Amino acid sequence: MSWVKKDLLGLEYLTKEEIELILDTADSFKEVSTREIKKVPALRGKTAVNLFYEPSTRTRVSFEVAAKRLSADVINIATETSSVRKGETLIDTGKNIQALKADMIIMRHNCSGAANMLARALDISVINAGDGWHEHPTQALLDMFTLKEKLGRIEGLNVTIVGDIAHSRVARSNIWGLTKLGANVTACAPEMLLPVAIEKMGVKTSSNIDEALKEADAVNVLRMQFERDEGAAFPQQLDYFKRFGITRERLAKAKKDIVVMHPGPINRGIEMSSDVADGANSVILDQVTNGIAVRMAVLFLVAQAREVKA
Amino acid sequence: MSILIKSGRVIDPANKIDAVLDILIEEDKISKVAKNIKAQADSIIDAADKIVAPGLIDMHVHLRQPGREDKETVATATAAATRGGVTTVLAMPNTNPAMDCLENAELLKKIIAKDARINVLICGTITKGRLGKELSAILELKKSGVCAISDDGCSVDSDELMFAALKEAKQAGVLTICHSEDKKISGNGVINLGFNSTRLGLRGISNESEYKRVARDIELAKKSGASVHIAHVSCRQSVEIIGKARKNGVKLTCETSPHYFSLTEDALLGYDTNMKMNPPLRSLEDLVAIKQGLKDGTIDTIASDHAPHTENEKDIEFERAEFGVVGLETELAVSITELINSKILDWSKLFEKFTSNPARILGIERGSLSQGGPADVAIVSGGKEWQVKKDELLSKSKNSAFLGRTLKGTVDYTICNGKIVYKR
Repeated sequence: MSWVKKDLLGLEYLTKEEIELILDTADSFKEVSTREIKKVPALRGKTAVNLFYEPSTRTRVSFEVAAKRLSADVINIATETSSVRKGETLIDTGKNIQALKADMIIMRHNCSGAANMLARALDISVINAGDGWHEHPTQALLDMFTLKEKLGRIEGLNVTIVGDIAHSRVARSNIWGLTKLGANVTACAPEMLLPVAIEKMGVKTSSNIDEALKEADAVNVLRMQFERDEGAAFPQQLDYFKRFGITRERLAKAKKDIVVMHPGPINRGIEMSSDVADGANSVILDQVTNGIAVRMAVLFLVAQAREVKA
Repeated sequence: MSILIKSGRVIDPANKIDAVLDILIEEDKISKVAKNIKAQADSIIDAADKIVAPGLIDMHVHLRQPGREDKETVATATAAATRGGVTTVLAMPNTNPAMDCLENAELLKKIIAKDARINVLICGTITKGRLGKELSAILELKKSGVCAISDDGCSVDSDELMFAALKEAKQAGVLTICHSEDKKISGNGVINLGFNSTRLGLRGISNESEYKRVARDIELAKKSGASVHIAHVSCRQSVEIIGKARKNGVKLTCETSPHYFSLTEDALLGYDTNMKMNPPLRSLEDLVAIKQGLKDGTIDTIASDHAPHTENEKDIEFERAEFGVVGLETELAVSITELINSKILDWSKLFEKFTSNPARILGIERGSLSQGGPADVAIVSGGKEWQVKKDELLSKSKNSAFLGRTLKGTVDYTICNGKIVYKR
């Protein structure tokens, strides 16, 4: 099969085959980063614009490295220093970038659906680098790529995602992607952080991490943010660590080879203890490395899209 | 000036008429409704195969004037109304300044006298500035001709204040229209709470935030004996609670809007801000309950909740976009499309929801084709299809939830006070 979509907005919108195509393409790009000259000419003459409305170092840098290894020209727009501060709308900003004859916009935005909106308004490609609580497709793709690399498959795996599911785009994208590829997913969080009807996404839910770890082949540990203004009911840091923190003691009761993932940046001692983050089961830095190959694949495929407009 | 409307199917629910008849209009009155009227007239309209109904009454319209003339004006909204067969609107008071005192109402009355193409009634506020702190001058507002009060957009949170308002409204003889929403529950929600809010990563608005406040408003209506009308009913529990209260004799009426029986929360899946309104589009179960409420009479009237917003306020990130949709030009056609073929309502019942019922609720002598009554008439091709096109909307704002949709039922003529104000 070949890729036809102009944009990558979320894994909800992809078929199993499309996800597999990205993962397979990433597999062939992974080797590029091991060469002495880490560059291929696949996107030579193409321009990718990083448009980030939220602070992000790791995702932006990962996309930038990926684009450069494909020989694309990369422009970074940090919205704090652009005319966005002068009140320009998102669509106007997008149309200006399009008028510069850029080929794709990689966008991070704090509003859910921002990428969908931008993609509808533009003819050039939009790659969602995270929108609000909605989706962060390339993170989930690199998580799946890493799982496949470590465990040889996705289908039939038991994957537990633990943390603030309600406010997590990483969780949503992982759930769509993993369930499409046949994994059994458990979403584990305090009750108040499990969003309404999440089971309809095809997951089991749990508020007991020890239970949720029992059969898990992998655990994806989400970053906890305690500064949200969602009311006093939000759990306290220490209490959270005690109830849900991934520690060596907890892992001792799980499968011996359980794969421990984290999208970063880690809050050591809040969602995960340091010994786990640095321990033998952790693949956190492999995820970062794989992120480049996965993003190269996405940029490459989207650039070739035959579809004019989604 | 006289108009003779020939051979139309006259549907006049107030007078229980559904028959092929002629109607003679002289000056601003209906002078005769009969078979084969032989009379000279300045204009003759052949209404064969068309429905001739009283002009529609829409008791929930945001004209935006004074204060937000960039969104809509009395002139543009009433022009839009004529295209929808609407001849009377109740103007919601959340203008700037708000309709909370005699002076402001007089200001709007002047604009209406100058610019309105149809009948415009003014709704006053319940509280000063719609802030929910202090009662408006309700008796004074009544004197200036205000027939209803509402803090639409907000509910009066304080039970004591709402009760005081209802007592005063009863004394003044005005209707109280409730925007029943507990914002402590709905919070910063932007769409219906459910699987869709979860998958879209948007904050949800629960049914509970509506029906709990509906229950409170009904409780206060009962206690005060005032006439209460619940605006924009969107969820199944509200329909149930209202139905029960009415069976128990509470003086209570309610409305819904066309989008609540034609669209569900699934319309939000593409983050289309033209599908964003408050209350939000609900689940299919709620939609079915709304239809049932229309059928069994629990829901008295259909109102557009016409809420114009500029493109600048809609063509932005979903959670930052304004709530609301325009509806004057589509409400009848959406209702015909959704309710007639599916046999939820027959034609007479449908027009009842748009004419005699709102007239009764508002206590106005309109909404019928009675001889000697005001000549407000809509002439409609019930089966004719048309497509909703942005460029053809007469409203200043284009935020319709039905853009591109093919609907049944065109308004061919709208006559208001004996004048042809719209011709297709």
